[in-house]
Amino acid sequence: MSADKPTTDLTTSSTSTSSVEHHGDHVPERFENPGLPPHVHRMGDTDPAAAKRSERQVVALFTLSIIGTIGFVVAYFAVPPGETVASMRLSNLLLGIGLFLAMFGIGVAAVHWAKTLMSDHERVEARHPQKSDPETRAGAIAALSEGAADSGIQRRSLLKGAVVSAVALAPLTIAVPLVGEVGGDWNVSKFRHTLWERGRRLTRDPSGTPIKPAEVTRGSVYHVIPDGLREADHWIEEKAKAVVLMVRIDPDQLTEADDRKDWSYEGIVAYSKICTHVGCPVALYEQQTHHLLCPCHQSTFDMADGAKVVFGPASRPLPQLPITVDDEGYLIAQDDFNEPIGPSYWERLK
Amino acid sequence: MKAIAARRHHRLAPVVLLLLALLVTGALYAVLAPSAQSAPAPTEDDVVAGEALFQANCATCHGPNAEGREGAPSLIGVGAAAVDFQVSTGRMPMQMNGPQAAAKPPQFEEEEIAQLAAYVASLGPGPAIPSDEQVDPALGDAANGMALFRTNCAMCHGAIGKGGALSEGKYAPDLSGSTPTEIYEAMLTGPQSMPVFNDANLTPEEKRDIIAYLDVQQAGSPGGTDLGSVGPVAEGLWVWVVGIGLLISLSVWIGAKSS
Amino acid sequence: MSTRATTAERAAGGTADYLDQRTGIGLAVKNFARKIFPDHWSFLLGEIALYSFVVLLISGVFLTMFFVPSMGLIEYEGPLASMDGVEMSEAFASTLHLSFEVTGGLLMRQIHHWAALLFMASIVTHMMRVFFTGAFRKPREINWLVGFVLMILGLGAGFTGYSLPDDVLSGNGLRITDGVVKSIPIIGSYMSYFIFGGEFPGEHIIPRLFTMHILLIPGLILALIGLHLFLVVVHKHTHFPGPGRTDRNVVGFPLFPVYVAKAGGFFFVVFGILALMGGTMTINPVWNYGPYDPSPVSAGAQPDWYMLFLEGSLRLMPGPGWEWVIGGYTLPMNVLIPAVVIPGLLFTMLALYPFVEAFATGDKREHHVLDRPRNAPVRTASGVAILTAFFILILAGSNDLIATHFDLSINDITRIFRVLVIALPILAFWVTKRICLGLQRKDRDLVLHGHESGRIVRLAHGEYLEVHTPLDEYERWTLVQHEPRRPLELEPAEDERGVRRKGYRRDAIRARVSRFFYEDRVEPVTPAELAAAHSHGEHDALEGGAGGQEQIEASQAHDTQPAAGGAVAGRSARGHDARDR
Repeated sequence: MSADKPTTDLTTSSTSTSSVEHHGDHVPERFENPGLPPHVHRMGDTDPAAAKRSERQVVALFTLSIIGTIGFVVAYFAVPPGETVASMRLSNLLLGIGLFLAMFGIGVAAVHWAKTLMSDHERVEARHPQKSDPETRAGAIAALSEGAADSGIQRRSLLKGAVVSAVALAPLTIAVPLVGEVGGDWNVSKFRHTLWERGRRLTRDPSGTPIKPAEVTRGSVYHVIPDGLREADHWIEEKAKAVVLMVRIDPDQLTEADDRKDWSYEGIVAYSKICTHVGCPVALYEQQTHHLLCPCHQSTFDMADGAKVVFGPASRPLPQLPITVDDEGYLIAQDDFNEPIGPSYWERLK
Repeated sequence: MKAIAARRHHRLAPVVLLLLALLVTGALYAVLAPSAQSAPAPTEDDVVAGEALFQANCATCHGPNAEGREGAPSLIGVGAAAVDFQVSTGRMPMQMNGPQAAAKPPQFEEEEIAQLAAYVASLGPGPAIPSDEQVDPALGDAANGMALFRTNCAMCHGAIGKGGALSEGKYAPDLSGSTPTEIYEAMLTGPQSMPVFNDANLTPEEKRDIIAYLDVQQAGSPGGTDLGSVGPVAEGLWVWVVGIGLLISLSVWIGAKSS
Repeated sequence: MSTRATTAERAAGGTADYLDQRTGIGLAVKNFARKIFPDHWSFLLGEIALYSFVVLLISGVFLTMFFVPSMGLIEYEGPLASMDGVEMSEAFASTLHLSFEVTGGLLMRQIHHWAALLFMASIVTHMMRVFFTGAFRKPREINWLVGFVLMILGLGAGFTGYSLPDDVLSGNGLRITDGVVKSIPIIGSYMSYFIFGGEFPGEHIIPRLFTMHILLIPGLILALIGLHLFLVVVHKHTHFPGPGRTDRNVVGFPLFPVYVAKAGGFFFVVFGILALMGGTMTINPVWNYGPYDPSPVSAGAQPDWYMLFLEGSLRLMPGPGWEWVIGGYTLPMNVLIPAVVIPGLLFTMLALYPFVEAFATGDKREHHVLDRPRNAPVRTASGVAILTAFFILILAGSNDLIATHFDLSINDITRIFRVLVIALPILAFWVTKRICLGLQRKDRDLVLHGHESGRIVRLAHGEYLEVHTPLDEYERWTLVQHEPRRPLELEPAEDERGVRRKGYRRDAIRARVSRFFYEDRVEPVTPAELAAAHSHGEHDALEGGAGGQEQIEASQAHDTQPAAGGAVAGRSARGHDARDR
């Protein structure tokens, strides 16, 4: 604020423009802060009846809170969640409303009290710059340099190196075992293999019953897990990699790459259900268009055409599981997937 | 079940029982009321009447012999279940071309639907309309139904069947208004984008378990209003509207000078 | 206090004496009890965050009494028909147990989750308030960073807690996390093992998340909240511009009793609203999603709202052609760009903004009076642009629900959002900046010409005029108090002796940034301009008349009733006191 320029001598416009350019010989460049406006009294400040009314309202609100607490405790004992959805809902509702009244009553009462009955005169407190004054700063620097001199750290460079190395190395005692153990066996090549192998039957998820080709009628979709999944070590990790989606497609609508002609069986194709984007189970099969949609990020794959990406953020087709039938006529895998399933990672092709 | 047995003598047991009785009555009503249509076996007269209805209302698109045309599938071998599902939910006859035929008030009487179904069933063997017992939720196992629903249905219809989006404007409809018969028929026939779940894929008992699971959902949510049961997006919307909305209004009240 | 102290007063005095003799607390009480805090509704947004955190602690402690963080499988027996006899992890089973069989457990669980959503929502609104009012300026840049870290920790707390029940929905969220982590070059696969203790999902992730969720993250949040509030006390709270408020003072109400009652009361209000939400609105019904199994997924697979922007970002990215293979190594840019690069950029911009603006202004002074958002058009526009980008990403993350609720094609929505996520922030920037400048012009207009009174008068020579009431000095001050900020002038590259100046390049960049910030501007009315407006106006005939004071009164006499004109002049005279120093 440019200081004590009187604001009264406003001049005519012809001189006022020039006065601004001359840094306000007459008119200040900026307005002056007029200071706090006069205080406006509340009703309760002048009218005792209004103040009394406010007091009664505050008391009523606190009473409401007490009623809420009592209601909560009563509901706790009288209305347990019970066995049905309706009784659980009732219990939850009554406890919730009791807690709401108990808390909200106190809160609103306190605020109403502050607003209507406590002083509403605004007060002014001075601020001080954050930085310390020069003497304090000088004192701080002196203290530090005195301490540094006492320690002798600058003169003894060997000591300096020793303390830095020791302190820097000590955390290794925590970090080495932590990093060593936290990742299990750190064998990331497990991503490459699934439970599928030559001869393993395709079975229904979750029942685990084997499937015959005739059961896979046109338009139907089978969610498939490998036979014997539950007997496997780490079956849930294996399931996370091995789930497969199987459909039958009209031979005249099916497009197959030359090297994959024998991967399907009578138009039945099986693809990994794990999205090549970030690994959601892709499972929305639209039987008319043969499109498979991922509900997480809408990657869309064409099941009739090598599960190629037709829309969305995935950039690779779903891996195909080569299938055939065994002696008993059940669908089996010919082999494991020929590439890692699921999302891409750095060493995927290595 | 042990938990229930232990609480048999609880003082609120009568209330709970009463509620259960009401629920069962309601559920039974819901099951029995619409299934009256499928009671009598179709006669030769039904087939003839059905053919007349078909020629008048369906042949334009599906062809005079139901052999199918451009954009309208052949109906030979789709069975009575498909006709009953499509016509009784109002999906057929289609009002206009769109990404998919939407459900609307049915355009035919129950008797006419039965006649149409009888005619189409006579064209070739196909899935029949299920019996009352096949779709009775009281006979199903909701827990098994949930496991099956989760694997086979939830990706399109949502965790408890409130519907979801498919590609290019298609959608999986909300199942909460569907009758058990419709749900069964839909699984059996795979209308439009929906895959077929034949009896080898989901046995009739498993289909009934799924119906039982969906029926359990009629009781609503234990936690209060279900916010549409569409997941965290709705919750996020409501925390902004109700939570932040109410608290900002109250903040304005707290910050305002009292008069 | 009366001389006859009551028993209670004596007891209180005794306790105070006991404490003071041992802790010297008297000094703190003396300094803090009547500390002044300014009052404004928007200053309560941060309090909502603080109080939801307290509610999270209270309800969270309740939940830990019943939750079992184990992935061991058991067969559940319980009241819900769809869950009875189902095999599930102990984490999921204990969540069902505490929801259905512990009286009040479901309420606590729902309050906890609503409080988590509210915590993040209030942090975001609080950050918006701080951003748009320029409260991050010196000396508060460090506190902005502390707040920023708190927001990130809030995201972490929410994410780790969301996954604890081990249900299908959050399990698929973890799987997406795993996919994103794997996409990171070189270390991705190992990071996945680091997180899951082996292959996804393993049996370690729930216990690990539990430790993060109940110990590590809340501990850090608590410590940083302490630092955040400590800095608020050290700096003293900012206040909005207004008569009597300056950078050298703070105007408001004393901590005790007004703020104790208002802020303390507000805690109970927040708790009450959360209880109401927990009692009436279902949140995260894990019993609908079922126990985690790697095969199923349900439509509406989304994270909680604060992670939705990431989901949307992943959904918008077109995939084909974006998986790069370099030297046999795979670089999935279709994941890295939306999940790592874009959020990284947006968050970095947010964290560093105070420093960018300080660089552009070259301003080293302390600021305690807030900016009205219109008076910082480029800042306001930048904030709106960042928010717009986040908002589009959030909508993109909800595109399946938009599709079903508005009968649209999900593919079309995605294609449109791909354009909008780039175009709309730019448009929002431009529009917001224009609106700010327009509002500033409106302020100028108001100061120069006063309020329209709606009263039309006919002058002697037949001209019709609407009478304008001039602003009183208090109202006017709010509209003219801000400093005009101008772009920094670039000093020449060479000094008088033709020697290239050091730091010229840095200054050139600074001048360019500064020009971007302050080239388009509307400056506040100066006293001279106001005087000119009063003397000019429609009454040029009067120009060159008597001296200033009479001049104003003369022109006012035509514009308004003489009393008002006199009042303005009179107050101008009082301005001489210059009270605000």
